[in-house]
Amino acid sequence: MAYVAVTGGKEAIEQSLKLLELFRESGEDITVSCIKENMRLLVDKIMSEAGFYSEEYAALALKQCEGSVEEAVFLLRAYRSTLPRNYYSSPVDTREMRLIRRISAAFKDIPGGQILGPTYDYSHRLLNFSLLEERPDSINHESEDETLSDLSGDDIYCGRVTDLLRAENLLKEVPEDNTEPFDVTSNLLTFPAPRSARLQTFARSDAGFLGGVAYSSMRGYGAVHPTVSELRCGYVEVCVPYVLDETETLCIGEILVTEVEALVPSHTETADEFDKMTLAGGYGMIFGRNENKAIAMSIADASLETEGNTPSQDQEFVLTHGDSLEMSGFISHLKLPHYVTFQSKLDRVREKEEA
Amino acid sequence: MIDTKHYNFAFLDEGSKREIRRSILKAVAIPGYQVPFGSRELPIGRGWGTGGIQITLSIIGKEDVLKVIDQGSDESVNAVNIKKMVEECTGVEITTDSEKATIIQSRHRIPEIPMRNDQILVLQVPTPEPLRIVEPKESVTKQMHAEAEYSGMWLSLFEDLTLYDKISISSEYPTMVENRYIMNPSPIPRYDNRKLNDSETLYLFGAGREKKIYAIPPHTKVESLFFDDVPFETENFEGKSCRLCGATGVFLDEIVDEATGEKVYECNDTGFCKGRRDRQHGNTNFKN
Repeated sequence: MAYVAVTGGKEAIEQSLKLLELFRESGEDITVSCIKENMRLLVDKIMSEAGFYSEEYAALALKQCEGSVEEAVFLLRAYRSTLPRNYYSSPVDTREMRLIRRISAAFKDIPGGQILGPTYDYSHRLLNFSLLEERPDSINHESEDETLSDLSGDDIYCGRVTDLLRAENLLKEVPEDNTEPFDVTSNLLTFPAPRSARLQTFARSDAGFLGGVAYSSMRGYGAVHPTVSELRCGYVEVCVPYVLDETETLCIGEILVTEVEALVPSHTETADEFDKMTLAGGYGMIFGRNENKAIAMSIADASLETEGNTPSQDQEFVLTHGDSLEMSGFISHLKLPHYVTFQSKLDRVREKEEA
Repeated sequence: MIDTKHYNFAFLDEGSKREIRRSILKAVAIPGYQVPFGSRELPIGRGWGTGGIQITLSIIGKEDVLKVIDQGSDESVNAVNIKKMVEECTGVEITTDSEKATIIQSRHRIPEIPMRNDQILVLQVPTPEPLRIVEPKESVTKQMHAEAEYSGMWLSLFEDLTLYDKISISSEYPTMVENRYIMNPSPIPRYDNRKLNDSETLYLFGAGREKKIYAIPPHTKVESLFFDDVPFETENFEGKSCRLCGATGVFLDEIVDEATGEKVYECNDTGFCKGRRDRQHGNTNFKN
């Protein structure tokens, strides 16, 4: 059957799927709950890029695809398409976040205190070879009584750092905007995009892409080198309107999020404006413990408020090229046969040679 | 079949399908206009035909008969993959016979046998915006369409002429719909462009990644862009014929014969070619 290049597709796909299954099954058992409990940050990354909050399904997706981030995001996004969308949640007030970590780079001390919480920031990145031998039963806490439940104290809640600045009129006054948010998952973005659409798009964006955009802006292709007013990580309640009584809301669960507020001096051109200079903010909010992405998001957000010709200041550029699914889909489609279009190209090239 | 406990008929939830059908209706009402829609993610790669698949999934019913082709071939891996997905979540009958199909989904080709008014051709589109080659920004191209400001496009064709003495666009050759909208016919060869004009059938175009749907209803005027003194040209297969069924005047694939090293040709539309060969062998019960 060598005379038709693309015949036998069905058999080939079946065999390919069988091979994939062989690659996936290592013989060593790894359960979904094991991935969920041990690969938390990876699970968080998947949930954030998928725009789908379920630690269990994210872990399941990872198990199913040999740990590929884009494949796992893909699986969750596809599953998301099958679910009816019954509600939009009520706005979340992050002042009511049950904190596990909260820092401010803007002030030495803040009301409520700096709470370092779990972070790799001050760990030394030395490969810990003792983990090669670690077994669940051999985990030895430094002292006998230091278990996670002993470490936990009272729940921590505190106000935001920006509330202080706002009280001093140092923050740019932003009027309250209660227009219905734009839903990027069921509408095509149009430009200029409303801020709600920008923030949603960034929140689901590929972490690497968003990091690159933010980095370029900080390094000089753009103007945003912000101060992190506050980075907080913790649990917030998600509520939806109660069907039988619109004034009531129903709590449907808790999600872990990272929130960042970054501050940059507002743009001034005249001396008069300089005197009235205030601070403007960039905002980042990401599912899970996802700090760099949240900071990158706040920079990307702030960058779109500035004028200029760099990539990070170009709305259409940054909002249309950062989606994991879209970029990996379009790049991978080049593996599909293109012989008809190529035949047309050959036809044109040959004519030119003959001419 | 995929399990019905976790998945709906035709994969998408009913609300999503209804939403997509509304966009399709709008597209039919404004031929050639790109209707934005809330493109859903599918279990198949974005950029692999998800716009077409979303249209197919939204319009398909249990009685439909589906044919899927990729680059003219029923057997191509992508066609097989899409058929498998739709079959698994709908259970509809799948065929390779373009005359038996009620819905044909295709990438990069329009079948050789003219389609009827009780059939729908769904085309997959990577880049729906025909003006993208002259203007990268969506906000600007949208305005250009609104004002029918197409001088940039004509100028780019003219520049091509001055540089190469010919228009160098190979496939995905831009068309004018009802003298109003310039439309990207999807990456079909130039040879297929004329089939869009005054057709019996409904053409639906879906771009999943770019979140656009557009349509050519039956008997719509669709012209490939040309200048009065420079006629539109299609691919040239003069003097060549299919080595399997002998067909001439069809779009051919160029293949190098491994044994002789010679260039040979075969029908690109594999369903059409198989049908011809079956009839030549007196087999009139042509099925799958």
